[in-house]
Amino acid sequence: MNQTTIPPYLDPSSVGIVRPQTIHFDTPLLLECQRTLHEFDLVIETYGTLNADKTNAILICHALSGSHHAAGYHSKTDTKPGWWDKLIGKGKAIDTGQFFVVCLNNIGSCHGSTGPTTINPNTGKIWGADFPLITIKDWVKTQVMLSDYLGIDRWHAIVGGSMGGMQALQWSVDFPERLARAVIIASTPKISAQNIAFNEVARQSILSDADFYGGRYLEQDTYPRRGVMLARMLGHITYITEDAMKAKFGRDLKSGKFMYGYDEEFQVESYLRYQGERFSKNFDANTYLLMTKALDYFDPTRYYSDDDVDDATALKQTLARTQCQFLIVSFTTDWRFSPERSAEITDALIANQKPVSYVNIDAPHGHDSFLFDIPRYVHAIKGFLNAPLILKPTQNL
Amino acid sequence: MNIDHQLAQKWIKKNSKVLDLGCGDGALLEHLQKYHGVTGYGLELDEHNINQAISRGLNIIEQDLNDGLGRFADGSFDTVVMTRALQAVKNPKNLLLDMLRVANEGIVTFPNFAYWQNRVYLGLKGIMPISKTIPHEWYNTPNIHLCTFKDFERLCADNDIKILDAVAINDDSHLPSKLMQKVVKYAPNLLADVAIYHIAKG
Repeated sequence: MNQTTIPPYLDPSSVGIVRPQTIHFDTPLLLECQRTLHEFDLVIETYGTLNADKTNAILICHALSGSHHAAGYHSKTDTKPGWWDKLIGKGKAIDTGQFFVVCLNNIGSCHGSTGPTTINPNTGKIWGADFPLITIKDWVKTQVMLSDYLGIDRWHAIVGGSMGGMQALQWSVDFPERLARAVIIASTPKISAQNIAFNEVARQSILSDADFYGGRYLEQDTYPRRGVMLARMLGHITYITEDAMKAKFGRDLKSGKFMYGYDEEFQVESYLRYQGERFSKNFDANTYLLMTKALDYFDPTRYYSDDDVDDATALKQTLARTQCQFLIVSFTTDWRFSPERSAEITDALIANQKPVSYVNIDAPHGHDSFLFDIPRYVHAIKGFLNAPLILKPTQNL
Repeated sequence: MNIDHQLAQKWIKKNSKVLDLGCGDGALLEHLQKYHGVTGYGLELDEHNINQAISRGLNIIEQDLNDGLGRFADGSFDTVVMTRALQAVKNPKNLLLDMLRVANEGIVTFPNFAYWQNRVYLGLKGIMPISKTIPHEWYNTPNIHLCTFKDFERLCADNDIKILDAVAINDDSHLPSKLMQKVVKYAPNLLADVAIYHIAKG
């Protein structure tokens, strides 16, 4: 058979056709906001095979717009693979020939796990804006419940980019004995005021949309299309770089001349509108609000550091709890979560003499770089996940 | 492991903490970690070396030595090792002092520019020497601060750095190493192409 005619799901490095599964939990979950979810569903996908002693499992945590669908295809006609297909598969950075890979959809999301678009069992109505605000710490709690369900006492590694990296970091301090390695990519120990500002603009664009209806838009059989679109357009600009935009669109005009109006004139405008429009159809507005708040609230030092200490000291005190081997990865052109933020995590670990490696990958794609299969990045992760652990879990350097 | 690695490990105590500056592919650190119970970090800039060292299970921090060792606390290591990198940094004096801030002892190796072959090369040909230990052309060399044994010892004396031990080796030689060691001892500045110094705070 000619190579070009092989359907993508049959590519030997692909995990192929995958099927999500839903796991129901009926143990009450007390959230950080002090509200309780009495029951909830998690949608997960798994790739590869769990070994007999359950020591080869890797948990993938998703970023803001991600889901449980990290690799492979949902059907033979599916043309778009999971969001991290470039890194997960046979022989890839996260090698499904060796590891049992689990990816879940976090609660509060809109891809099947319990969230604003699912039914509140107490009222029989869609949760909508009544869905409680969720934190990164809450997600980690649900992921621990998932670990217990799967019988995995200790993950070979927990891996995540951006908001996924925050979950991996939170794991390392909340449940230090339950992971051997953490891979924290394009992330930050907490987000900056500038990032909170971007999130606030995104939220305001949604909240001020006439079709938002106080978050009860689904009951009105509508959704705040323009608000979500604007939020995504803004987000998109911050995830990439001027160089990447210049390379892709420059100042190219659609019709080749100025039209002196407010329609799409430049290619970049048309691209952003298209991306925003598509996103608004597939992503729930309440989820966007909730996820950006989870980003804003993220602060792993909250329960583990003394009052009145500076940020660096608080992080150092917090990371003293960790017992895993870390790989911290940043990208040179990421200005949303800059390399300096990754260096802060690295330095706090070094200050505790914890086992850590740090790489700053030269890549032109900005924050979004973590989704690309940049050779050096792929090799670093692959090498790290396969490397022997020299120190015992509780040992500092 | 090359000869300066072998010598460096002689001065590193078992179960001690080591920082390896310009650790390359991590061969020395891995050896020390496996057989001497040593723990620590390696700093490296070359991406291929970094990945190799990470896949060996080592703790590797991507960092330019020219940025100094500010991320490491005073006295947080027993020994800082720097093999064949001193001549390539922008401010060797500051880095040496920084090394002895983060650790009590340091091990430094560098190519000896006063090696007789270099002298002959420059003297006869009138162009910058090229050899196994300094293999680049003058215009593309990373070695911007080449020095001699005498130069290094003067730097140490001027900056209150104690020389605990020094070994001059000839890495370029085809003679049996024991015989070579004996010969080199008589006039290291002339006969050795690589210097290995064990230093401490004065």
